[in-house]
Amino acid sequence: MVQFSLPQNSKILKGKYYRDKNGSNNLKKVNVYRWNPSSNENPRIDTFEVDLNECGPKVLDVLFKIKNEIDPTLTFRRSCAHGVCGSCAMNVDGVNTLSCIKSHSDIKGELNIYPLPHLKVIKDLVGDLTTLYKQYESVEPWLKAKVGEKTSTEIKQSQEDRAKLDGYYECILCACCSTSCPSYWWNGDKYLGPAVLLQAYRWITDSRDEERKERLKKVADELKLYRCHTIMNCTNSCPKGLNPAKAIGSIKKMLASS
Amino acid sequence: MSNKNNPLSPHLQVYKWHISSLLSISHRIVGIINFIFIILISSILIFLGTDIQIFSKSLIGKFLIISLCWSFSFQILNEIRHLAWDMGYGFDLKISQITGILTIIGSFVLTILFYLIGKNLF
Repeated sequence: MVQFSLPQNSKILKGKYYRDKNGSNNLKKVNVYRWNPSSNENPRIDTFEVDLNECGPKVLDVLFKIKNEIDPTLTFRRSCAHGVCGSCAMNVDGVNTLSCIKSHSDIKGELNIYPLPHLKVIKDLVGDLTTLYKQYESVEPWLKAKVGEKTSTEIKQSQEDRAKLDGYYECILCACCSTSCPSYWWNGDKYLGPAVLLQAYRWITDSRDEERKERLKKVADELKLYRCHTIMNCTNSCPKGLNPAKAIGSIKKMLASS
Repeated sequence: MSNKNNPLSPHLQVYKWHISSLLSISHRIVGIINFIFIILISSILIFLGTDIQIFSKSLIGKFLIISLCWSFSFQILNEIRHLAWDMGYGFDLKISQITGILTIIGSFVLTILFYLIGKNLF
């Protein structure tokens, strides 16, 4: 059932205000979503005054500055800090992105940071992606070839066939696209979502894979696939510049023409 | 790890609108409006025996007809976009933004065209 408003326990309250103590002339107000599982309170928005003169260029640097200097309890995921691992995906200034490659100077006014939308919050900026990982597993994201003569040697791929994977193999599964999709918000338990469908397409279109038909059949479902209404929030948010909407469109086209 | 008591992170409340998402939702709303109002106007004209000439001269009639001209043009133009997507074209982010803007501008241009054509015929 589509619920546009947040449930009672998720309503956001006004939180604490952390004033800058060093008297800097280059301050940015940073509003961060906070929720602590060990307290029974509702989530809140804390506001931090961050001195940009003493801060790195990216949103992740801002978060680290807050964690190191203002409030060490601030919780967020990060690993590589170079836009490769996909851990630090979050909603920055209303759009999902990787906080490690988003410059805070691109954002005018206050900086609003929320966890990825429409997920169960584990703590602060960390959302629960269990469903998405299960769905990813369901498309069996590995090469399938019958064991035989062919598999005893390397399976060769022409340059043209390899080029078909460009724009798809680069996906780092950061979940920015899936959690930006309104269809995925309302039907996340059944609709696979852009990230998983892009992965599904990546294996469908791989020339070395022998279960193309089975893969297509599996994904051809009113709820799993056709909940995509080309809203394009996915493509708009992808921090790697990929196009999940096109991948889904390609699957639909394959199904319509096969 | 997480259970029923964990809060849901904000979604519609914080997500920024893009031209594509805005057009997508308005396409749906306008579709429903078209469906209801075209039936409504047709039934009024048929069952109440109102003359189209008189109806189109009244203020409400004028408003309804012009609004429907717009919603119909908007729907048709957006539908063409969707058809192109179904054929695999226009997924590029820049192109989808341009076609989106063209849809909005085009809907008003078409409305004016419809109105002018209608003026001559009445």
